[in-house]
Amino acid sequence: MNPLIKIFISLVITAVIILGISIPTVHGAQGFFQFPFIPGLEEKARNIFFHVPMAWTSVLAFFMALYYGIQYLRTKNQDYDLRSVSSAGLGLMFCILATVTGSIWAKFNWGSFWNWDPRETSIFILLLIYGAYFVLRSAVEDDEKRATLSSVYSIMAGVTVPFFIFVMPRIMSGLHPGSLGDEQGKGPVLELKMSPNMLAIFFVSLIGFTMLYYWMYSLRIRTARVEKQLQTIE
Amino acid sequence: MFVVTTLSMVMFSLGSNTVPYEILSGMLWIVIFFSAMSGLSRTFVTEEERGTSLTLRLLTKAANVYIGKLIYNTVLITSLSVFIALLYQLVIDDFQIQTQSIFWMTILLGSIGLAAASTILAAIIAKANTKGTLFPVLAFPILLPLLLECIKTTVLAVEGAFFVEAIKDFQILISFIIVMIAASLMVFEFVWND
Repeated sequence: MNPLIKIFISLVITAVIILGISIPTVHGAQGFFQFPFIPGLEEKARNIFFHVPMAWTSVLAFFMALYYGIQYLRTKNQDYDLRSVSSAGLGLMFCILATVTGSIWAKFNWGSFWNWDPRETSIFILLLIYGAYFVLRSAVEDDEKRATLSSVYSIMAGVTVPFFIFVMPRIMSGLHPGSLGDEQGKGPVLELKMSPNMLAIFFVSLIGFTMLYYWMYSLRIRTARVEKQLQTIE
Repeated sequence: MFVVTTLSMVMFSLGSNTVPYEILSGMLWIVIFFSAMSGLSRTFVTEEERGTSLTLRLLTKAANVYIGKLIYNTVLITSLSVFIALLYQLVIDDFQIQTQSIFWMTILLGSIGLAAASTILAAIIAKANTKGTLFPVLAFPILLPLLLECIKTTVLAVEGAFFVEAIKDFQILISFIIVMIAASLMVFEFVWND
């Protein structure tokens, strides 16, 4: 990867961290360097720059894993399996990060670390699915068989995920924005209602995390390929 | 036998306490889930062990095998859950169904859904090395939307809701079944012919 891109990613993430944490929230905010005071959220609103991009990145990584799984079944090319498992591993990591940040946010906004809100249930299932995915992979010795079985499992899991992410949180009432009865959070996933400067930092963070994912993914895929070649040499 | 064992365990743990019907509905589905798991995980393992899978592979297409197994599993699980549901109502006094139509519809759709999702998973398990323990681990996250919906409609049935109130939940159950069977049909060939 181009070193300039790496430097750019580092700068973007650093900027998000510094700006997201240091800009003060004030009543009647004006200009770029002041966040509006949101009743109920207050200083905790900063978490949106980290929690949401993490969740987004993990969903993206899982979709990439699913996509490469399908590609593997079509072509039987082992390289697609490497891509699939690299992406799934990163997805799981970002998913854990999103769970942890979300859980801390829940503690201070809703009162406890875990409330079995529909959205919390769905991320818990996502963790279970990909936990099971790696258990399945470790249970099969043969490379080709492992690739096929895990691709099939990720497809079967992939078709149930929409029930959790899009159906259940909307028909059940809950605490997370976007639940049933939440007038402000309607929309495909969430309708964004933020002040312009928060929105700007939010999108920069989204781009930063997506690029970070891509960087980590390309690192992982290259090491996986080298490991594979070492195995064949031995 | 498994059903009798779990049911008597439930009864012993309940003792003479009165338990809210929400928990009883949840427990009914726990009993059904684990009874189904113990039976369904063997679907393809026996074929591999006896060596009959080779003959099947030669004789017919993968889709035919899948549909045959699906029908067999559906019949098996439906009769099992009907048996469990009847026994459960008999032995647990607090569990009184007010709306029979919702309850039996739930049992039927829940059983088909269990069979639909487990057939493909059983095919995966048959190829893996650790067969017994892996199945519930793989099946649980995939079956959870189904189980949650089933528990919800069972609660509705105990509360005596009208059939119309449960239609939305049945739609979700039916779409789950259709999605499961369609996806399985597409990917089964890869697992089977491997």
